Amino acid sequence: MQPAAAIIELDGLAVSLGGRAVLRDLRASLAGRCIGLLGPNGAGKTTLLHTLLGFFRPSAGTARVFGKDIRTETAAIRAQMGYMPESDSFIAGMSGVRFVRLMAELSGLPPAAALERAHEALFYVGLGEARYRPVDSYSLGMKQLVKLAQALAHGPRLLFLDEPTNGLDPPARRRMLELIRGIRDGGEARVILSSHLLRDVEECCEEVLVLKAGRVAVYANLEAERRANRRLLELEVRAADGAPAAPAFAELAAALGCECAPGARQRLKLVLPDGVEARDMFRLAAGAGLQIRRLDYKRDSLEDIFLKAMEGDADGRV
Amino acid sequence: MAVFERTYHRYDGPLTTRRRRFLVVPRYALAAVMRSRAFVMFYLLCFLPPFAGLIMIYLRHNLSALKLLGMRLDRLREVLPIDADFFSRSLALQGFFAFLLAVVVAPALISPDLRNNGLALYLSRPFSRSEYVLGKLSVLALLISTITWVPGILLFLLQGYLEGGGWFGEQWRVLGALFAGSWVLIVSLSLLALTVSAWVKWKPVARIVLLILFFVMNAFGRVMEMALGTWWSELLSMRMVIETVWASLFGVAPPTGMPAGAAWVALLAGTLLCLGLLFRRVRAYEVVR
Repeated sequence: MQPAAAIIELDGLAVSLGGRAVLRDLRASLAGRCIGLLGPNGAGKTTLLHTLLGFFRPSAGTARVFGKDIRTETAAIRAQMGYMPESDSFIAGMSGVRFVRLMAELSGLPPAAALERAHEALFYVGLGEARYRPVDSYSLGMKQLVKLAQALAHGPRLLFLDEPTNGLDPPARRRMLELIRGIRDGGEARVILSSHLLRDVEECCEEVLVLKAGRVAVYANLEAERRANRRLLELEVRAADGAPAAPAFAELAAALGCECAPGARQRLKLVLPDGVEARDMFRLAAGAGLQIRRLDYKRDSLEDIFLKAMEGDADGRV
Repeated sequence: MAVFERTYHRYDGPLTTRRRRFLVVPRYALAAVMRSRAFVMFYLLCFLPPFAGLIMIYLRHNLSALKLLGMRLDRLREVLPIDADFFSRSLALQGFFAFLLAVVVAPALISPDLRNNGLALYLSRPFSRSEYVLGKLSVLALLISTITWVPGILLFLLQGYLEGGGWFGEQWRVLGALFAGSWVLIVSLSLLALTVSAWVKWKPVARIVLLILFFVMNAFGRVMEMALGTWWSELLSMRMVIETVWASLFGVAPPTGMPAGAAWVALLAGTLLCLGLLFRRVRAYEVVR
């Protein structure tokens, strides 16, 4: 299978604002259908999005979106993007449908097409009945949805969603994440999801770029991580009389091609080779008269990645 | 993204041309402005002086109509000539209405976008800061045009038609002065009003600031002129500066002793200052140092 073409290439990108370096020498090639942008507050997530949108000029390096340079082809890049800002953003004194229509027309849609797409976008995000009300009167959750609608109405190829679940109650948050997954799975638009909530990113994203103090701490493929983690087991093996039997089982597993390492509390960590499944471990233990008392898959991969990234000064790929 | 499908689809239909996209802004803004009945009433009021001018020109060329009305205005032609001075005074009067119109409309143009973080939405599209400013400027330009040079030129053409003979040849300068003078007013006034709207987020305060800039500065300039006996202080008065520029365009006596060159330089400097201040403010996000 061909690797997916990169949608965003960061090529030594650096940005200084007010004399302070906010982004430093970012290098990565982002290619997933939905890419999470993670990092603690002040890590530079929003600044990176704003720089890609052309709001801030790079102080060094550059970036390319769909192969177009952000320094020289800002308008062409923006024409393919939809942006949902983090803060409350709307045009006062307009109904939802008029607001979204204006935004679509500014993106270049003719008035009739813009009106049609505005209605469709508002229905799609679930604001069908509220679309004639003034945006100023919307609740926080509705304002988040109308921001998503204006980002979608002109039919972009790439969506920038900056903290889309901010301030949402659990049902609204679930609905927002469902919409993001729907867009991702539809395959018509790629999504960059900036968030400080690991759960949001984990539920929607295939790749994750973790920023720390303006640098790339980690760029990881979550799908690959999940696949790898399914091959990492932790076992507690005992003999029939209850005595620990990890070393004996390790020898048997090694014969099957597993990589083995002793774990805490006399447990055994195993990496399964291709073609060997967890059920083979039970078969192996039964054949040797041993008992597997505990078997764990590695979980919380994103949290591990994030915590590891926050610990050191990592700069690379997991 | 058909409603019944409830899935997202890209738009692959035709797009509008980039050059005319800024006109989307005045279309929406004018629709919002015209929703106010009070504004529509005021806007109609702005057409009263050109309408009075129309009647005056008509009666001037139909003395028999005056006689029918029993009016003894046989010497109207001598008392009130329709010449450069007439059109210059008409423009000055319409300039006042234009200022009031800018005070009413301009504060609602940029400050709400800044207050509600709307600029990030405009500028995240293939829509530049210059197009945004041009779009907002054209709202005022369209409204002020309809009460300044458009009726002015129509009156000029009517007078020329009724007068006949060599009137056009004698007064051709007035036509250019009407058009150029109106645009001097439109650009300088609109930029000043938009700059205030961009820097003062609260609409009523922005209106008060505009009134202060116009009336108080005008009065201050006059007082200083009387106290110091120099025209330098008149440069503080936007009205005096613009009227001096108009006088140079129409070829009539200037309202003060301010040289036309100084007025042009002051106007240009003020316009550039407003542009600089405006673009400093019109950004998707402000960088806090």
